[in-house]
Amino acid sequence: MGTVTMAQALNAGLRDSLTEDDRVLVFGEDVGRLGGVFRITDGLRDEFGEQRCFDTPLAESGLVGFAVGLAMGGFRPVVELQFDAFAYPAFEQIASHVAKMRNRTRGRVPLPMVIRVPYGGGIGGVEHHSDSSEAYYAHTPGLKVVTPATAEDAYWLLRDAVRDPDPVVFLEPKKLYWSKEDAGLARRGAAPTGRAVIRRPGLDATLLAYGPSVPVAIDAAVEAARDGIDVEVVDLRTLVPFDDETVTASVRRTGRCVVVQEAHGFAGVGAEIVARVQERCFHSLAAPVIRVAGFDVPYPPPKLEHAYLPGVDRVLDAIHRLQFDDQPDVRHLAREAS
Amino acid sequence: MSITADGYLNGTRPAPDELLPSAVPVRFVTEEGTAADAPSEYAASSDDRLGEAYRRMVVARRFDQQASALTRQGRLAVYPSSRGQEACQVAGALALRQQDWLFPTYRDTAAVVSRGVDPVEVLTLLRGDWHCGYDPVATRVAPLCTPLATQLLHAVGMADALRRRGEDAVVMAFVGDGGTSEGDFHEALNFAAVFGAPVVFLIQNNQYAISVPLAEQTAAPALAYKGVGYGVRSEQVDGNDLVAVLAVLDEAVEHARSGHGPFLVEAHTYRLDGHTNADDPGRYRDEEEVRRWAAADPLPRLQAWLRTRGTLTDQDIDAAQAEAEALAADLRARIELDGPPDVLEMFDHVYTHPTPQLNEQRRSLETEVEGTEA
Repeated sequence: MGTVTMAQALNAGLRDSLTEDDRVLVFGEDVGRLGGVFRITDGLRDEFGEQRCFDTPLAESGLVGFAVGLAMGGFRPVVELQFDAFAYPAFEQIASHVAKMRNRTRGRVPLPMVIRVPYGGGIGGVEHHSDSSEAYYAHTPGLKVVTPATAEDAYWLLRDAVRDPDPVVFLEPKKLYWSKEDAGLARRGAAPTGRAVIRRPGLDATLLAYGPSVPVAIDAAVEAARDGIDVEVVDLRTLVPFDDETVTASVRRTGRCVVVQEAHGFAGVGAEIVARVQERCFHSLAAPVIRVAGFDVPYPPPKLEHAYLPGVDRVLDAIHRLQFDDQPDVRHLAREAS
Repeated sequence: MSITADGYLNGTRPAPDELLPSAVPVRFVTEEGTAADAPSEYAASSDDRLGEAYRRMVVARRFDQQASALTRQGRLAVYPSSRGQEACQVAGALALRQQDWLFPTYRDTAAVVSRGVDPVEVLTLLRGDWHCGYDPVATRVAPLCTPLATQLLHAVGMADALRRRGEDAVVMAFVGDGGTSEGDFHEALNFAAVFGAPVVFLIQNNQYAISVPLAEQTAAPALAYKGVGYGVRSEQVDGNDLVAVLAVLDEAVEHARSGHGPFLVEAHTYRLDGHTNADDPGRYRDEEEVRRWAAADPLPRLQAWLRTRGTLTDQDIDAAQAEAEALAADLRARIELDGPPDVLEMFDHVYTHPTPQLNEQRRSLETEVEGTEA
């Protein structure tokens, strides 16, 4: 068991999927010769040939629509859309066809395909290279939406996504691509698609996080422990289908909850989660559920990114606002008075 | 014969001069039903096959009229008529073999019926149901596509899939004149050419995208020229001349089937009715223009041609009409037989296994429905 990065885990996931099933095809812009701009498909073209792993013309709607036809024709396409914000030309194909084909054919034409999208910030990308676009996909019935936070999960969630009979939007947190993990890819902690996992058990509050916000939540939990607050961290892993069961059980145990996301807060996935938690856990809650999210501004350029991204301090601040002293959150009143 | 990695026979893409369409639309039969000076590179079908086409066109016309009537009676939610475009609709279906695939738009119901799909199932979506009615896999007909030009990319993907599986099959995809302005039209032509996919694109240029006339849609000399820049062999044809449309489509299908890559055909035709029953074509075109195109109606033209050649008898005409009436009567009788859809089924096909959330919502609606019925 050595160290492995998420990028290597994803590469291994694609390799093993191609080996396991002849119907799997990996394609997109620069995924062949170059091995992808993030090298996630590195070596696959050489190993499996240009019939199985290939470059396409530079057109996102084109390559997703092409993948729809291949899936209708019995293949299992895994397409790479190079960056979150470059995926938008494909949105009509994704929303109107990928998500709906099974339904509009009464189940006769399923679309087993994976759309991989590197997403989120933290790598100092210039504009259009760091969007948190998960809410667009999660809001579209018919899609499954998955986002790993560890290398082991990245491998197994991707393997499962390729095997899934339904289309999966697979969101890869760019900033975690190169984070090293001291683990192999043996399936130990990785649960199936649709199941969240408790990354760190705790008794006093629940931190709900996914994808790029998971390491931030874990760091915040470690800090909170120094203040004597025992925080549980739940890694959602799958946004659709959502694991209400794990989330609800955790919040009912702790009675307090903070949701952490990189994306803009308004109408985001975190807003949906807060609604679900208060609908199910109202009588267990000792404080309002708080969101820690990106601001409602266009995703900022590298020089401002540090101020935009929710970091450990912002999460800790939210944890401290969970009314552990049985007092309402009145600090802002105190501040105004002074 | 060997097909190379990019899909082309022996790796040869068409040379530039092979791509250009004819300067004027290919035509075999004049509007009066007499012989035109047809170019020699296309072969007219046998009289038997043309007789079959005539029969199908009569049926297609009657189907269209019946569907329009059902819409006026409120028994269909909406119906986009293809009256006047029967030569394209029937030739498209007739040029395909059973193993081939068809990717239609919402206006191509007559082509789908002509391919042999149950007319009641073909009209399922237009009745206001949530699914396409027929089984796309069994019929090898994709669902009627409402968003413009998106289905062309699916057709290219399917063509590539068929080639990869070694099937002796091609794909035909329909699009309208308005659809050629959409990005997906261009991306589909590009993907098809780069991958050498065995796909035939048929543009039915019926002169209007709802109300916008062709001259305001494009500055291209003809829509067929749009294929040239992508390396796709292209042709334009008189879309109201069944003999010509079928001859060109036969060639296009053979071109794709034999590993020469995609083929684009523009058929010049006319939508005699409005965009749908909800449209008022009087707001954007004058009666004189409609009269002119009505005189170019593909149905009497083929009839005159076949009668002149002595291959279509009064009995044949009566038989075709009787078949069309039987189809219309059957359609009227069966269109509502299955009753209203089961509202709870709307949860069943979103995913292979409904999510816990959908199961919850299903139970909630179930309770609501039971409450209403109680």
